[in-house]
Amino acid sequence: MTPEIGHFAIILAFCVSVLQSLFGLVGYARGYAKWMSSVRRTSYLIFFLTSVGFACLAISFLTNDFSVLNVASNSNSQLPWPYRLAATWGSHEGSLLLWVLMLTGWMAAVARFSRGIPTEMISLILGVMATVAIGFYLFMLLTSNPFDRLLPPAADGRDLNPLLQDPGMVIHPPMLYMGYVGFSVVFAFAIAALISGRLDTTWARWSRPWTTVAWAFLTIGIALGSWWAYYELGWGGWWFWDPVENASFMPWLCGTALMHSLLVTEKRGSFKIWTVLLAIITFSLSLLGTFLVRSGVLTSVHAFATDPERGVFILGFLVVVIGTSLLLFAWRAPKVGLGGKFQTISRESALLANNVLLVVAAASVLLGTLYPLFLDALGFGKISVGPPYFDAVFFPIMAPAMFLMGVGPLARWKDSPVPDLMQKLKWSFIVAVVSALILPFVMGDWNVLVSIGLLLALWIALASIVNLSTRLKQIRSGRTVTLIRALSSIPRSYYGMLLAHIGVAVFIVGVTLVNGYEVEKDVKMSIGDTVSMGSYTIQLDSLEDLTGPNYDGVEGTLSVYKGERLVEVMYPQKRMYTVQQMPMTEAAIDTGFTRDLYISLGEPLNDGSWVVRVYLKPFVDWIWGGCFLMALGGIFAVSDRRYRKAGSSSAAATSAP
Amino acid sequence: MKPRHKRLVLILLVLFLVGAGSAFVLTAFKSNLVFFYTPTEAIAGKAPKDSSFRIGGMVLEGSLQRAEDGVTVQFEITDTIENVPVQFKGILPDLFQEGKGVVAQGKMTDSGVFVADQVLAKHDENYMPPEAAEALERARKIKESE
Repeated sequence: MTPEIGHFAIILAFCVSVLQSLFGLVGYARGYAKWMSSVRRTSYLIFFLTSVGFACLAISFLTNDFSVLNVASNSNSQLPWPYRLAATWGSHEGSLLLWVLMLTGWMAAVARFSRGIPTEMISLILGVMATVAIGFYLFMLLTSNPFDRLLPPAADGRDLNPLLQDPGMVIHPPMLYMGYVGFSVVFAFAIAALISGRLDTTWARWSRPWTTVAWAFLTIGIALGSWWAYYELGWGGWWFWDPVENASFMPWLCGTALMHSLLVTEKRGSFKIWTVLLAIITFSLSLLGTFLVRSGVLTSVHAFATDPERGVFILGFLVVVIGTSLLLFAWRAPKVGLGGKFQTISRESALLANNVLLVVAAASVLLGTLYPLFLDALGFGKISVGPPYFDAVFFPIMAPAMFLMGVGPLARWKDSPVPDLMQKLKWSFIVAVVSALILPFVMGDWNVLVSIGLLLALWIALASIVNLSTRLKQIRSGRTVTLIRALSSIPRSYYGMLLAHIGVAVFIVGVTLVNGYEVEKDVKMSIGDTVSMGSYTIQLDSLEDLTGPNYDGVEGTLSVYKGERLVEVMYPQKRMYTVQQMPMTEAAIDTGFTRDLYISLGEPLNDGSWVVRVYLKPFVDWIWGGCFLMALGGIFAVSDRRYRKAGSSSAAATSAP
Repeated sequence: MKPRHKRLVLILLVLFLVGAGSAFVLTAFKSNLVFFYTPTEAIAGKAPKDSSFRIGGMVLEGSLQRAEDGVTVQFEITDTIENVPVQFKGILPDLFQEGKGVVAQGKMTDSGVFVADQVLAKHDENYMPPEAAEALERARKIKESE
């Protein structure tokens, strides 16, 4: 019965979404107050119904109900229960259900936390979100029903893809989807602004926290995916410019631009039209990402939907949503009006440059990702665009943007005199250049790319410190204020910015040093053999058979020595998952603040020895540490007290950036 | 400088940057496109001599050989019409198996051996990389037309 209840709940949710879309949009057009005020309640109802549907599917997985096709295809009675739960969203159908759960969750959150927003606007916003939900419910119910029965039921399931049987897999999709789907909120706000013609600094103030939270989740989702690929795929890479990675990265780039653009719209009333367009673009990229992942057009680790019928549906949905929003934009944007002027060198121009660079970076990633698909679709053969293209293009575009990260926060609004800026940043620049030239020698050999990377990272960090100290000086000039007092008087949103920017600097350090100084060796090892890696010597002590809940395999024991001293013992595994007969490499990773040691078993050879891959990866954890700091900065910014004061516009107007 | 001149300079600067940026992106793009060829096309000499390309098909049963150092391997890729010998130094992907689909990226040497710097295998029991399937499909069409 449970799957039927779930199925019915989803059908009901679809029906209520149609109602909400109707009430919200038509209610606004006709001015029906009763319709407009009902959309909050319908949002809660839809979320409740979708949760019931999701819970029913989860229960089917947890109770090993193999009469449900989805459970039989993706689970197994030997699978540990956390992975059975994760298998709920491990398949195409299940992950769609997760998508729509997140969408309705955000919708309910907007309904709940929007008391300061007038009813007409809320009616439009929730109406738009319900319209998007309709598309996804239809897609699910017509082509990808997770509740389809398998009769007679299977005796046991086909097991979850071993690549997905991992803690990282359990949280990566939910985080990613929270981000992806979260941009639907600012999208709905943008459409509402276009339809109503109301786009002012208040609108930006409402939209900003929703965007920032979605962005923070997306940051974490992408970082988790990267980290998961690193430790799970067994060959030490953390970013492959894989089409599905790009599918999540493009909305991130545009979402970052959007966050900064909203900042300008809120503070100065400028960039209004651009912000609205960017909101549409960001969410469109989220939807495009969904299409890329779901339609089977890609050769990648992720592509698990191979049914072209589904692809056609999503493509149609994409065309409808994006086409309509852009048409609406073209028609209504002029009504929105322009904002304040600003000089060539000012905070606005720095943020404008930031936006342009981010969008150009996103566009070049889009080109590299979509071009092979276009060529293939048109029958011009199969080509691939690999990492060299993306690397060659992405870093030169982002480098100026990173340089601006040091300048922007210090620049004044409207007009920022250059001598003043240079005076403040002079020492940061000098120290950064000198350190960047010297540090590579400390690490090993000198490398121009490493120097550039370190220069940018140090520049951002030092400029942030200068920023903070300048601000403290301003607070304490002319009166006696203790340092503690001064620090706590600065709003959290400011610390959020500092933290996020420093997170970027940390990230750059990680990427630069890993790319510059990582060491990789593939060697054949018998028991007792050693291999040297930097200052470490690694010895293969033993190889033993092992058995797990739904796999068996071999585990190696390797001792790591630094000179004479034993540093660590590591246990890489090679598993064979019995149901799917799929081999899996479980790398052994020794995590350190300044380096990771990474060992994975390759293949067994005829004489009992194994091919072993050993990596020394300096500062690799700074990559994800930096991402975590970025997301933390976003959360800090959103927890600023002006957002917690519900609906009082005066509180918002008096706070400084 | 008059504001009008300032604006003109700004516009020209932006145009120049956009032009330079686009040229740069497109050049990087063109020089990094990797084309795909089937074994038949590679043997016929249709594949480029000096740049990387991808070749796909099935791993010929019984063709996998390892060198003494354990890390260098040789095998043959087939599209059921022609076989191309491939040499690869590194760890083969987990799902690499004789008789299953495979895609390799690298260069063709003058001796007719394809030296691969990357080997990709299928992703699960039922999924063959589109390129490998494409190679087999093209071969089937050729056979049917004979």
